[in-house]
Amino acid sequence: MDANKNILVEIAQLRKSFGTNEVLKGIDLQVEAGEVIAIIGKSGSGKSTLLRCINGLEVFQSGKLTVDGKPLMHENALAMRELRQRVGMIFQSFNLFPHLTVGKNVMLAPRLVKQRETKPGEEQARQLLARVGLVEKYDAYPDQLSGGQQQRVAIARALAMEPAVLLCDEITSALDPELVGEVLRVVESLANEGMTLLMVTHEMSFARKVSDRVIFMHQGRVHEIGPPELLFANPQTPELQQFLSSLND
Amino acid sequence: MVDFSLWDIFRNLLLAARWTVVLSLIAFIGGGLVGLGLLVFRLSKTPGADKLVGAYVQLFQGTPLLMQLFLSYFGIALFGINTSAWVAAALALTLYTSAFLTEIWRGCVNSIPKGQWEAAQSLALNFPEQLRYVVLPQAVKIAIPPTVGFLVQVIKGTALASVIGFVELTKAGTMITNATFKPFLVYSCLALMYFALCFPISLVAHRLERNMNRGRQ
Amino acid sequence: MRIDLDFLAVLSQWPLLLKGVGLTLALTVISATIGVMVGVACAWSRANGPVWLKWVVGSYVELVRNTPFIVQLFFIYFGLPAAGLKLSPEVASIIAMVVNLSAYATEIIRAGIEATPKGQIEAAMSLALNRMQTFTRVVLPPALKKVWPAMVSQIIIVMLGSAVCGQISTEELSYAANLIQSRNFRAFEAFIVATLIYLVLSMAVRRLLNWLGPRFLWGR
Repeated sequence: MDANKNILVEIAQLRKSFGTNEVLKGIDLQVEAGEVIAIIGKSGSGKSTLLRCINGLEVFQSGKLTVDGKPLMHENALAMRELRQRVGMIFQSFNLFPHLTVGKNVMLAPRLVKQRETKPGEEQARQLLARVGLVEKYDAYPDQLSGGQQQRVAIARALAMEPAVLLCDEITSALDPELVGEVLRVVESLANEGMTLLMVTHEMSFARKVSDRVIFMHQGRVHEIGPPELLFANPQTPELQQFLSSLND
Repeated sequence: MVDFSLWDIFRNLLLAARWTVVLSLIAFIGGGLVGLGLLVFRLSKTPGADKLVGAYVQLFQGTPLLMQLFLSYFGIALFGINTSAWVAAALALTLYTSAFLTEIWRGCVNSIPKGQWEAAQSLALNFPEQLRYVVLPQAVKIAIPPTVGFLVQVIKGTALASVIGFVELTKAGTMITNATFKPFLVYSCLALMYFALCFPISLVAHRLERNMNRGRQ
Repeated sequence: MRIDLDFLAVLSQWPLLLKGVGLTLALTVISATIGVMVGVACAWSRANGPVWLKWVVGSYVELVRNTPFIVQLFFIYFGLPAAGLKLSPEVASIIAMVVNLSAYATEIIRAGIEATPKGQIEAAMSLALNRMQTFTRVVLPPALKKVWPAMVSQIIIVMLGSAVCGQISTEELSYAANLIQSRNFRAFEAFIVATLIYLVLSMAVRRLLNWLGPRFLWGR
């Protein structure tokens, strides 16, 4: 028995439907602490839905989802509050709060949820913004920032809650190409520090470089799973082969 | 027949205008508070809340204000409570205003992108915190122009209270007409006084809306 | 304390109520038809007319929108005779409703007209259509389609507002309810019945107008 193996997220036979349309058809997955997992696949394959089930933004119909040993209980508001302190999310469209400054965006949740006092909250916010390279934007408003800057603020905001797992839902897809790099650099540094990451992404070279495992999803199922060197170089199924070749067009 | 000067007419109308203003404010503020409560109730996802509030809104928006005033007046009397037109009018107008305001505000909250709710949820904020710190501050900004605009509707609505006997501006107008036999003059003055009350408010609402649309590039 | 309600006393007067409904609908249909037409004309003036006309129409719109309907009605029915123009209650009601609806219709339709993409007008001009043809066949139909929900809502508002016309003895629904309760003293029941009828009417008329618009006004 491997003493270092610490399963943070455990998913068993997860099924999710939107009405009559079954989008997740039985997902099994175990995520270890410190793992970086990239989820790739065509649009409609269920990648984002899977991610959104993990922090409860989507409700699943059957199966089991456990985070840090605690099963997901949708109806229990306190349990969900606990869960979301352990699991953070970064969105494709950033979703910064436009009526708050950058600093206040970062400080809001720790203040309300963890009852963090103002001074420690401010210090933490400045620290995190420095980490993502934006400390000078502390008093700026989101609409004064570029897309890449907004996304980095979003990362700092999620980190302020000190999550164990970070979910990244196509976080560079809405960015102009020249702004993608600055965001990916921050994510890479998080990975190097041992943060557990689940990323839905189209950035294949980034996924190759940074992830421990890659999951290829197809029509609501985990179609192939493995380390990036194997998956990208040696796709086993025709669907993955087709997907990878379509990217090179 | 006593001869009334224009000034006499004006003075009497002005005195009655106080009651129009008072009734309007009571209905607007009271209706705003009730409307806010209904909005939070509707958003709270309590089962049946949406349908219930929806039916309430449909009831007040789909029936004449005049009928609502009559029902308030005769309805209260039904319970044996001897009430004045004043209380009946205040009650009816408050409920009427609450229905329209809650619907206006619901539209404003719905225009806040879903991503804002989701970001707040992902940061472990509970529903009251999501509403108070993330969604409502943004919705309030959008809600100000149409809310100010609705005040004009409320002021115009108080004119109907005259039918159940409440002595506000319109009732004073009909009474003065009956005394002076100068309907053309009196009703013209009446219209001008309402215009003087409402037009500035309409202008403010219009300007607020323009400023907001300009800032939202 | 017992509350003693007798709805039968009111419902037995259904012929009166039916007559009232008939007149309410007639008033609404007539004033909606004329009101929309006047609204189109005024909207055009405000968008394309000479400066003095824009000013006149604009003043009319602001005057009507910032005064209560009941005051407009009383002015037309009680005030105009003093200036020499005596009207029957029904005609006065229709005029008041038309004046009222047109003002709102003007603004609603103007918003639709001004949202017309410039390319549409340029295409019409290059096809040698004259101004009137461009307006009636290229600009107006899509504009009406776009603003139809707002227009329907406004027509319903005017229909509900017509309840006030009972105060000048127009024999529409609220007048019928008032008449019934003055005879059998069942005020609360009479007004509940009338209110519910209005509710049904507003839902039915909305549905009817939503069906009518696509079929007759802008050809699907």
